[in-house]
Amino acid sequence: MSAAEREGERWLVRLYVAGMTPTAHRALSNLEAIIHDNLGEDAEIEVVDLLERPQLAEDEKIFAVPTAVRHMPEPIRKVIGDFSDAEKTLVGLDIRPSR
Amino acid sequence: MNESPPDHSATDPYNERVPTYIDGLDIVLGGGLPAGRSTLVAGGPGAGKTVMAMEFVARGAARGEPGVFLSFEQGAEQLRRDFSSFAADVPGLIDGGTLLLRHIGIDGGSFEEVGEYTLDALKIRIGAALDQVGATRLAMDTLDTLFAHLRGTETLRGEIRHLFEWLHERGVTAVITAEQGQGTFTRHGIEAYVSDCVILLDHRVLEGLSTRRARVLKYRGASHNDDEHPFLIDATGFSLIPILTTHLEHDAPREQVSTGMPTFDDLIKGGGYFRGSSTVVSGTAGTGKSSVVLSYLDAACRRGERALYLSFEESESQIMRNMESIGLDLSRWLDEGLLKVRARRPAQHGLEAHLTEIERLLHQFRPRAVGVDPITNLITVGSETTTRAMLTRLVDMLKERDVTAIYTALVYSSTGTDRHLASVSSVMDTWVVLGSVYQEGERKRTIHIRKSRGIQHSHALHELIMTDDGLEVGGPMDEPSTVESSR
Repeated sequence: MSAAEREGERWLVRLYVAGMTPTAHRALSNLEAIIHDNLGEDAEIEVVDLLERPQLAEDEKIFAVPTAVRHMPEPIRKVIGDFSDAEKTLVGLDIRPSR
Repeated sequence: MNESPPDHSATDPYNERVPTYIDGLDIVLGGGLPAGRSTLVAGGPGAGKTVMAMEFVARGAARGEPGVFLSFEQGAEQLRRDFSSFAADVPGLIDGGTLLLRHIGIDGGSFEEVGEYTLDALKIRIGAALDQVGATRLAMDTLDTLFAHLRGTETLRGEIRHLFEWLHERGVTAVITAEQGQGTFTRHGIEAYVSDCVILLDHRVLEGLSTRRARVLKYRGASHNDDEHPFLIDATGFSLIPILTTHLEHDAPREQVSTGMPTFDDLIKGGGYFRGSSTVVSGTAGTGKSSVVLSYLDAACRRGERALYLSFEESESQIMRNMESIGLDLSRWLDEGLLKVRARRPAQHGLEAHLTEIERLLHQFRPRAVGVDPITNLITVGSETTTRAMLTRLVDMLKERDVTAIYTALVYSSTGTDRHLASVSSVMDTWVVLGSVYQEGERKRTIHIRKSRGIQHSHALHELIMTDDGLEVGGPMDEPSTVESSR
């Protein structure tokens, strides 16, 4: 059972990018792996392209990309980068790794 | 990693300048800031970086060059309040749509950094702000905030370099504030990525005086201009007093004007002070120094010239009363707008503030004659070095404007040397000494010309007589039994 299934919570992680650059693609695929391995397939990853929705950069105070933001459940946490290190990413998003 | 910024000189000549419109600064900058480049303004806390950055965008906006002020630390409303007394009408410019103040929020705390990233989202936010008003000017206060949130890795540094290149591509001229470093210009070494122009603002308390100095550095390339310039910050903004060329380089003046005392004119070949010259009148208390100055200013007004009297001792009403007793009616000139009187306590401001106020008066009123009475009250507040520097600047300021200036110097002892008087007289063209002697049982005032550069004059001691009709100078005096004159 994944952490999400155990806790019965709904997870939402948003990935902010500025266009799907190679780094953005890499970040997305790394993030998907990390999230689904630890929170199960139900955990939602939403990709937000700031080139299409620039106002969100201001609203969400994003200044670097890619940025992964854990929106739900609280607490809100942000990690910047391409998430090439799974453990650091989990720590940054305050997700306990599942066994 | 100290690469120069990319060379765009083919399409963008580096010698194009964007004026800051800040009083005095553009002269020192050789016209303004390098166009399309980012200039660093570095300094400690409270040094005036934010004020200067705001002045750059606000003054540009007031002249129809839209600008954006981005603060990483303060909200837009707070900024608007802080700068509401600016001479540049910040609220008006915001409402008029030529100035945009925006807070670039970055959440508190540090973020986990895992791998590569870019600052493209920041560019999106900056770009949106620039587009909103069509800005060609930008101020960012302060880039150090990025370093507070992110580790100063090669990734961050590379991204900062890209940020400035991006601004350059957009044709934006930017002022970036940063905290001064120890050994580097800025704490985080941002100077590596911007234009070679760095403005360092220094603020320290010297001998109880708050002193502010700006240095404009070009640390790459041949010209290394490293002068220090005093500047002033108040609620209305930022102004700089540029160091002017030394008086030795000024063209030798030719016209001579009456001193206001015809019998004194007779002592000088050609009859009077050279136009644009500087004269110091020294003496102990009560020897008539102010009368000599005001006689000259009165004469200037009679000629239809504007005169400015700066008093650092007496009040305006006191001055008027004193002058009436020797037949000078100065109130007539006040009414006609030919004479302006400013009475100030020396300790009221720092030396720089006095200088700035004088500069403003010179700029607005444009007098041809100026009296500074006494200069000694003003200059004894600083150290010897500060004194010399301030004096040189003041004398230069007046000579540059072809003002004929008379300064008085109060000395406390009629004998012996006075170090301040030595400093003062060395930069003056003419030195007149007032004193008193006892002759034939009475006290008599004396006047003599100790030096006058470039003209022949009487070297004798003469009697100075205060009549109802102004000052008069008698013939050379015989050797008195007791001499009490100032040397």
